[in-house]
Amino acid sequence: MRGILQLAYKLLVNDKAKFTALLVGITFAVFLMVQMLSMFAGILSRSSATVFNVNASMWVMDPSVQTVANTIGMPDYVLDVVRSIEGVNWAVPLYSGGALVKLSDGTFQSASILGLDDTSLFGRPQLLQGRIEDIYGENAFIVVKDPEFSKLGNPQVGTEFQVNDHRGVIVGIATVNSSGLFGVPTLYTTYDRARQYLPNPRFTISYVLVEPKRPADVARIKQQVEALGYLALTKAEFVDRISAFYKYQTGIGINILIMTVMSFIVGLSISGQTFYTFVLENLEKFGALKAMGAKSRELILMILFQAGFTAMTGYGLGVGLCALMITLARVRRPDYAAMITFQNLALAFVMVVIIAAISSYVGVRKVLRIEPFEIFRA
Amino acid sequence: MPASAITATNVVKWFGEGDARTTALREVSLDAYFGEMLYIVGPSGSGKTTLLSVLSGILRPDGGSVSVEGARIWDLSSDALADFRLHKIGFVFQDYHLFPRLSTAENVAIPLILKRRNWKESIDEAMTYLDIVGLKSRAELPPVKLSGGEQQRVAIARAIAGQPDILIMDEPTASLDGDTGHAIVSFVKTHILNDKRCILIVTHDARIYELATRILKMEDGRLTGSETGGPR
Repeated sequence: MRGILQLAYKLLVNDKAKFTALLVGITFAVFLMVQMLSMFAGILSRSSATVFNVNASMWVMDPSVQTVANTIGMPDYVLDVVRSIEGVNWAVPLYSGGALVKLSDGTFQSASILGLDDTSLFGRPQLLQGRIEDIYGENAFIVVKDPEFSKLGNPQVGTEFQVNDHRGVIVGIATVNSSGLFGVPTLYTTYDRARQYLPNPRFTISYVLVEPKRPADVARIKQQVEALGYLALTKAEFVDRISAFYKYQTGIGINILIMTVMSFIVGLSISGQTFYTFVLENLEKFGALKAMGAKSRELILMILFQAGFTAMTGYGLGVGLCALMITLARVRRPDYAAMITFQNLALAFVMVVIIAAISSYVGVRKVLRIEPFEIFRA
Repeated sequence: MPASAITATNVVKWFGEGDARTTALREVSLDAYFGEMLYIVGPSGSGKTTLLSVLSGILRPDGGSVSVEGARIWDLSSDALADFRLHKIGFVFQDYHLFPRLSTAENVAIPLILKRRNWKESIDEAMTYLDIVGLKSRAELPPVKLSGGEQQRVAIARAIAGQPDILIMDEPTASLDGDTGHAIVSFVKTHILNDKRCILIVTHDARIYELATRILKMEDGRLTGSETGGPR
């Protein structure tokens, strides 16, 4: 059987023009599909950056909250009630909001502000410069050194700025695991200072961060928070909720889907047509093989192998090309929002298998219908 | 009396249905023997190629029977029929049908590969057959780099690589000039034909009639006569 597959391989790759066209078609399609899906995965991951960076086990919020950035303040009693729920190890408040920062040169820059619980500083970033206790100093802020860092004029420890006519000073430079989606720099301060400096509605707690005593307590906590009229989600559930919002409530999901489907159709068209032409051009040869004694299933195996080999090679090249593009993009822009996930690879793989199956189906039909007698008549 | 290689009895074949039906073979009966080079000759459309296809197991007749070495081939399943063609029949097609993307040696090795032989072993054995037809030195070239006569010899090497009992040649001189065609068929008679092999040739090239052991004439789907050819 290996000899027959080797024969199929030689017939395929020795036809360099067709093989190249097939590979280019599938590689291009896979590249586009994986690139689209990777960008979407990157966007979804960035949209939950705060959730990943703060890394709390459970998040209590207003039920209307759809994304981590669009918060709805909760009254202080929610924090007290949550702390009193059986099974809660601890619970702390988190402030999350946006502000306009006035820089020393007089320009304004939007920034994301996170106010950490004054007592525990839970969710604090990893510091590159400065000490975490300096956050308790007067007007103290810690800036995150991410790709948006330069928008604050590349501040150093001691750099001053204004937030709502309040003086602010950088006391530390930090790093976080994941950058945000919206292209604005991030500042950390204490919860109380955030409440004082930033314009607030009546209620100021954006989230209550909860650590359950045991995993089994999660259900009870959720139930009792719900009884309060609020929503408690695990970290994973919150990430899913944010992802669902971007997938289904914005145009991003549908646009990515359309682009992915278009890539699939382009790949299918190019590969299907090229493979069909390849089979047509070799039809007489397949007929000759049939006349010589090749069985139909052997010819089918040859075609499936040719389609499968091309598809898998194109898949590998497409994924490699995508990885290369993302790597190159990150050289220029380190936080380029695209990430190749196993789900993306699996989805693209399924699509490539479908392309190969449809392309080979047409070829198989043709080859099964060819009568060896036609070879004599020709 | 040599043993019978092929026996056809009252073979009927038609194409199309209703008013469009054309009868290609009308109750054709013949015997072909081992050790003979049997020609089937006649004008275009007389049914020569159809008869060859029926005898070699690639076109099912609508009536009659065909036995090869005593076995009725049209009673076989499609897989068994394919195996029969692979092991018993060697084909030399009119247009050769060599694979342009394979080397000459790889082309010759195809029947061996179809017999599930190892690739390298098949190529090595193909060299033996290329040697027989005098083309061993051209083994690495693709067929398109060879002349028409050389391509014909490659097709012959491929046909005999499976060591078939019956060699079928369809218009072997049609694409060749007179001298080359004669030389090729003469080569086949001298080097390929033996007492354990039967060669069937369809042709309307009178220049090679002298090489036949026996000639069957066809006209309008019927065998109309038989004559003995030149000496073996």
